[in-house]
Amino acid sequence: MREIINHQEGSTTPTARQRSDTPRGTFAGSNVPLVERAYRIRRHALRMGEVQGQGYIAQALGIADVLAVAYFHALRFRPDDVHWEGRDRFLLSIGHYAIALYAALIEAGVLPESEIETYGADGSRLPMSGMAAYTPGMEISGGSLGHGLGIGVGMALGLKRKHSDCLVYTLFSDGELNEGSIWEAVMGAAHWRLDNLIGLVDVNDQQADGPSSAISSREPLADRFRAFGWHVQRVDGNDIGALVAAFDMARTVAEAQPRIIICDTKLAKGVPFLETRERNHFLRVEPDEWQRAIGVLDLAFHAEGGR
Amino acid sequence: MSGSGSEASHGTRRLTTSAMIASIAAPGQRTAPAPFGRALVELARSRPEIVGLTADLAKYTDLHVFAQAFPDRFYQMGMSEQLLMMAAAGLAREGALPFVTTYAVFASRRAYDFISMAIAEEGLNVKIVCALPGLTSGYGPSHQATEDIAILRGMPQLTIIDPCDAHEIAAAVPAVAAHPGPVYMRLLRGNVPHVLDGYDYRFEIGKATSLRNGKDVLVIATGLATMRALEAAEALDADGIGVEVLHIATIKPLDEAAILAAAAKDRRLVVVAENHTVIGGLGEAVAGLLLREGITPRFRQIALPDAFLDAGALPTLHERYGLSVSSMAQRIKKWL
Ligand SMILES: Cc1ncc(C[n+]2csc(CCOP(=O)(O)OP(=O)(O)O)c2C)c(N)n1
Repeated sequence: MREIINHQEGSTTPTARQRSDTPRGTFAGSNVPLVERAYRIRRHALRMGEVQGQGYIAQALGIADVLAVAYFHALRFRPDDVHWEGRDRFLLSIGHYAIALYAALIEAGVLPESEIETYGADGSRLPMSGMAAYTPGMEISGGSLGHGLGIGVGMALGLKRKHSDCLVYTLFSDGELNEGSIWEAVMGAAHWRLDNLIGLVDVNDQQADGPSSAISSREPLADRFRAFGWHVQRVDGNDIGALVAAFDMARTVAEAQPRIIICDTKLAKGVPFLETRERNHFLRVEPDEWQRAIGVLDLAFHAEGGR
Repeated sequence: MSGSGSEASHGTRRLTTSAMIASIAAPGQRTAPAPFGRALVELARSRPEIVGLTADLAKYTDLHVFAQAFPDRFYQMGMSEQLLMMAAAGLAREGALPFVTTYAVFASRRAYDFISMAIAEEGLNVKIVCALPGLTSGYGPSHQATEDIAILRGMPQLTIIDPCDAHEIAAAVPAVAAHPGPVYMRLLRGNVPHVLDGYDYRFEIGKATSLRNGKDVLVIATGLATMRALEAAEALDADGIGVEVLHIATIKPLDEAAILAAAAKDRRLVVVAENHTVIGGLGEAVAGLLLREGITPRFRQIALPDAFLDAGALPTLHERYGLSVSSMAQRIKKWL
């Protein structure tokens, strides 16, 4: 193949199998259950939304379980050293989901909980759209959609050049599947057999002007990725058990190909009165509803035997 | 997108928010809702060849008004800005008159080659209408089209328009439709201030218009900067400083005669004001023209810095980067 890297044969890069299936995540041994992490991510996000009276809260609630499993089961990273060379990279392609990632970074101790109060305000490290220059732990600048997966291809290539066993996770959205740049990356990743690249796509069936499925035919999504040469799993993105299994599989499966986990999620998951509200890219939440939502979340968590 | 379409109704919203959608209207300023969408619907009733296309931003570019009125003439292309431009080119080839919307950043940055080769090089009749021009979003560089004019001004055959207010947007729609060839128009969306109806002003493509006279300073302004310059001029007037405001709605082609005539008059300080980076916009266009013609007045630019700008609340950012009325007035005073 190409001269610069050869990760098919004779490469010193550890193969996926060599990476083993023993948990590698920094928090994998923690005794805090993942459901509690997810609950707390949702709670942090709601508190940020309340600060500004707005935010992409439906997306944050929907993706909380995926982020809980990513950060508290799968990812190897150092909360106090976000530039640590040995970290797994997590790229947030969807900058508007920053509120969700901030919540996960707060839960992981990368960001202090006290910064919730600054969310979206002038001078804050937590702007409404995620940008690398502002926030520790935010790897790339989002906002202009369709970038993350292609950058992930480059980082996966770069890590292989360095014979690193670090993994690159890229979280992108069903709306982003409309962009040609995503499919360029999908082909590039398969061509280079990037077994260190794990795509996570949030299929919440919503984008700016309406339901994604009404805007652009997306299905059969798993078959499409398979046809492009990816290792494909499709899971309920709000089922933590299923997500753990999928992340483990994506990390350990032997095939020399990029991996995608298609995550079907529910907008506003965990707060029933918001789940059933008229679907919208930018969910309307009244000023008094933020506390009500937190109350609903708390009640459900404790009823299920949470602490 | 943040608070879309509800900027006026959100009285309780904090003013310090790096939201994507933010109002440019000053408190109490008279506004009109969705002037572009409404004008397009009005025109489309008698022009069956008009079609509307967007890339998942109908609601945020006021094209939803057209989509509701003419569902079978509306094409939702999904968040695919490159396809958006190619498809518009194809429709134009088959006799349709496409009005195409997205945000200015995505048209100018992502879809540039498709506008250039599929549309402009062939002189196709496509009207590209783009929201969030310059610094009209607090969301950060991904949504702040600070260099769209610099990017597009170099494209041959493309007409570029930067309207100032709701009144001008409404007037520009039929003019743009009647104008043969590709047009890029910057769009103020949502509840858009009404300013120019208070002046004796008629929009015409390619024509600059003096909105007020003044003996000390000539401000050549476009788009949002015109709105702000008019207010700054009033403030300076109170201090005995006379300011002419020459409004340039069409950035390309420039009304060279009007600019030269105004700049040659009375040895006034010439200030070019625009909602755009200092590089490659109206300021440099005017500077080049004046120098070529041997007219060399004292010359200053009010424009955004050559930088990726901060995220933050729009009033904060306009103050920080010199687009607020008070900072404009202060700087002009200092330069005199
Ligand atoms: C290249 C690009 N085009 C358009 C936009 C404007 N925009 C912001 S969010 C969005 C919808 C994207 O779809 P998705 O992420 O699936 O939406 P969500 O699930 O958050 O509703 C659009 C079109 C953008 N940010 N970037």
